[in-house]
Amino acid sequence: MIAVLLAQTIAITGGTVYPVSGPKIANATVLIRDGTVAAVGTSVTVPADAKRIDAAGKWVTPGLIDGGGQMGLVEIGAVRGTREGALASDSVAAAFNVAEGLNPASTLVPITRIEGVTTALATPEEHLISGQAVLIDLDGGTVEEMLVKSPVGVVARLNEDVKEEVGGSRAGLAQRLRRVFNDALEYGRRKTDYSHGQMQRLSAAAADLDALLPLLRGEVPLIAVANRKSDIETALRIAREYKVKLILAGAAEGWQMAGKITAAGVPVLVEPLDNIPTYDALGIRYENAALLARAGVKVALMETDTHNARNLRQQAGNAVSYGMSWDQALRAVTLSPAEMFGVADRYGSLEPGKIANVVVWSGDPFEFTTGVEHVFIRGKEMPLTSRQTELFERYKTLPPKY
Amino acid sequence: MRPLVYLTLVLSTGCASAGARQPSTPAPVQAPASQAAAESMSVDRAQYPSTYRRHPNPPVLIRNATIMTATGQEIRNGSVLLKDGRIVAVGEKVDAPADAGVVDGTGKYVTPGLIDDHSHLGVYAAPGTEAESDGNEATTPVTAEVWAEHSFWPQDPQIPLAIAGGITTIQALPGSANLIGGRSAILKLVPARTVQEMKFPGARYGLKMACGENPKRVYGRRGGPSTRMGNMAGYRSAFTQAETYRRRWDIWRKDHKGDPPERNLRLETLAEVLRGNMYVQNHCYRADEMAQMVDLAHEFGFKIRSFHHAVESYKIADLLAKEGTSVSVWADWWGFKEEAMDGIQQNAALNQQAGGRPLIHSDSPSGIQRLNQEAAKAMYAGLRAGIPITRDQALRWITVNPAWTLGLDSIVGTLEPGKMADVVVWSGDPFSVYSKAVQVYNDGWLVYDRNDAAHQPRSDFELGQVPAPGSDR
Repeated sequence: MIAVLLAQTIAITGGTVYPVSGPKIANATVLIRDGTVAAVGTSVTVPADAKRIDAAGKWVTPGLIDGGGQMGLVEIGAVRGTREGALASDSVAAAFNVAEGLNPASTLVPITRIEGVTTALATPEEHLISGQAVLIDLDGGTVEEMLVKSPVGVVARLNEDVKEEVGGSRAGLAQRLRRVFNDALEYGRRKTDYSHGQMQRLSAAAADLDALLPLLRGEVPLIAVANRKSDIETALRIAREYKVKLILAGAAEGWQMAGKITAAGVPVLVEPLDNIPTYDALGIRYENAALLARAGVKVALMETDTHNARNLRQQAGNAVSYGMSWDQALRAVTLSPAEMFGVADRYGSLEPGKIANVVVWSGDPFEFTTGVEHVFIRGKEMPLTSRQTELFERYKTLPPKY
Repeated sequence: MRPLVYLTLVLSTGCASAGARQPSTPAPVQAPASQAAAESMSVDRAQYPSTYRRHPNPPVLIRNATIMTATGQEIRNGSVLLKDGRIVAVGEKVDAPADAGVVDGTGKYVTPGLIDDHSHLGVYAAPGTEAESDGNEATTPVTAEVWAEHSFWPQDPQIPLAIAGGITTIQALPGSANLIGGRSAILKLVPARTVQEMKFPGARYGLKMACGENPKRVYGRRGGPSTRMGNMAGYRSAFTQAETYRRRWDIWRKDHKGDPPERNLRLETLAEVLRGNMYVQNHCYRADEMAQMVDLAHEFGFKIRSFHHAVESYKIADLLAKEGTSVSVWADWWGFKEEAMDGIQQNAALNQQAGGRPLIHSDSPSGIQRLNQEAAKAMYAGLRAGIPITRDQALRWITVNPAWTLGLDSIVGTLEPGKMADVVVWSGDPFSVYSKAVQVYNDGWLVYDRNDAAHQPRSDFELGQVPAPGSDR
């Protein structure tokens, strides 16, 4: 069945296409074949057997990518049995890859994708080293079918939430992280000694230290959650010391040191609508995304309320409202996260050869007036239904239709 | 268009006292009341007055703007005149006194000040420490005796953020840990040193009640209730005691024979609900539970003014419309707990369609800053599903409908001559994601101006530790 669907050729014609990789193209065609984008432009020949989708007056963009949250890892926030995002036992859970916790049948998946978010980072939570984040497409009958990339990065937290785990000081977080990295390097050099019991006791389990080796070789990025300016500094310093590829997440006070972040070439995941001050980030403010982008930082956006990941576009609209350019904001929910997560060869823009995650909108995707008209994931058109549309259909007139 | 039925309804139930309709009149200093007088008026005890004063301001004429009145009109190139804390005139052509400051509203929109009937600002203040966690007296399931105003911290740095979002009035509620959580505080959102300076003059108190998971979870292993049936028994038992208490006091009040009955602060509050002097604001998610609460209210002869959160209210929108209970809902929150699993984006629209009185609330220091955006989402979700919601109705969801829930719809919530000058000037259509409040007038006082740092109040908390926002916050 999948093969049949993938073999389909679809032509989305007449819309205003925002490829993201280049300027918008009026009255253009996006041709999808075998699950990938075959052609984009104003002079695309539509094969006779192609299914045509008239997008005249519509906006066509890549599917949106949410750079955060626990998509597939949570069903009901308050019901522990439905949460898979955190490993309670361990403050260094580097080997904990969330993939096998994913639930392809989650009701959140269709609820989210019918509003234009087609790809999301599923991130582990809690602890100094939370585990490994994976990127998923919001379609697929199995975990393997959903996975886009695993792992995308190792998540660490350098903030107030976790410092109690290391004795109660931020400095302790940094110290512990260095010790774990040092032990991982030592373990990597002396695996044989380790297996012969000829090493001193290490600060984390062998499996976790092993999982850090790709990170320490620069192959997998460290996704460091840090909000206070000093915590961001710590993350930048440790990344520099260990030559680790770094992605900052949250970075609430990042706008106060945008120059340093730019100089370090570190990209940042931002949640634009976060602005409630806490002692973890008194300088948190709406303009963060815009100020970072203006300084030259690569910014991707996230909506971390997983149940409302669909509000990623509201986040983007507000980022624009507080100073980001519209083009930057669209890039921050498409190509920029794809680049950060190392999948820009397949994701994030409408270019020949890319995976056909495509959304047809009735207008500006960030505006509330706008609705989603078509969603394609890997070239397959998604039905615009979810548990919520079914509830609505049942109750739209009372008494309900049972 | 919905007719203005509630104005008469409110006045006939005597909710809006004369004091409430003259909010700008300085309240006289209260002399210690006599024992009997104090005991006979148990809601607005003279010793806990509002000390709110209107800030004196020159008249302001906002002109050439699109005026959204929340009474069914959207006036292009219209004007609004504010004077002495009142809206004096609204229309296409308005004559202004010579001393009026003029605001050019070209390209801008003007709405009534927004009202959030479900906030925990001040009681769960930022920076969110244990020390500032004052919203739930979670020590026993019925705490009708506590008042949110006694927890409220006026220096909560979330208050200026909400003001910048166009909010002019809030109901600050106790949390939902308890079956009966205590009295709400109805507040003007203005910079102040004390909560008394914010108390909306003449506003009646609300009583916070909570259904479902929260009380069960909090008390399940602490003596109960541990079930939904236990919750129901808990409310009924409290109101049964309150009924006896009310009767005793009402008899004594008539003839003053013998010693007055002993005061009980818990029952005193509940008795006021039974007398119809206090509004029940009921946190309740599931449709079946709301129906149970309606029965309970019938048993004791009171009205539930609004079901809050009410994520399943669309399932019983007909019943709630008939009952005359409003629903205070989110645009799209769902799934964070089991009783929130059936939340849908058309909830507000379906209640509107059924003839009910929906409104959008925040229950969030973040959401309160963009109630206009939340209303927009709920409106367009309805429209896309084929429910004909008007812009005026959606505006009412965040203005006059919450005003009704608080019993203040004859005073605030619309742009009409005589109403309190709570007014927001928006950079563009308030239902666009790209629009922001540029000016906020509360009782005629310019409490926020996005383009003038002199009118961007900061809480004491922020000084010297939260980086200055600049003019663009």
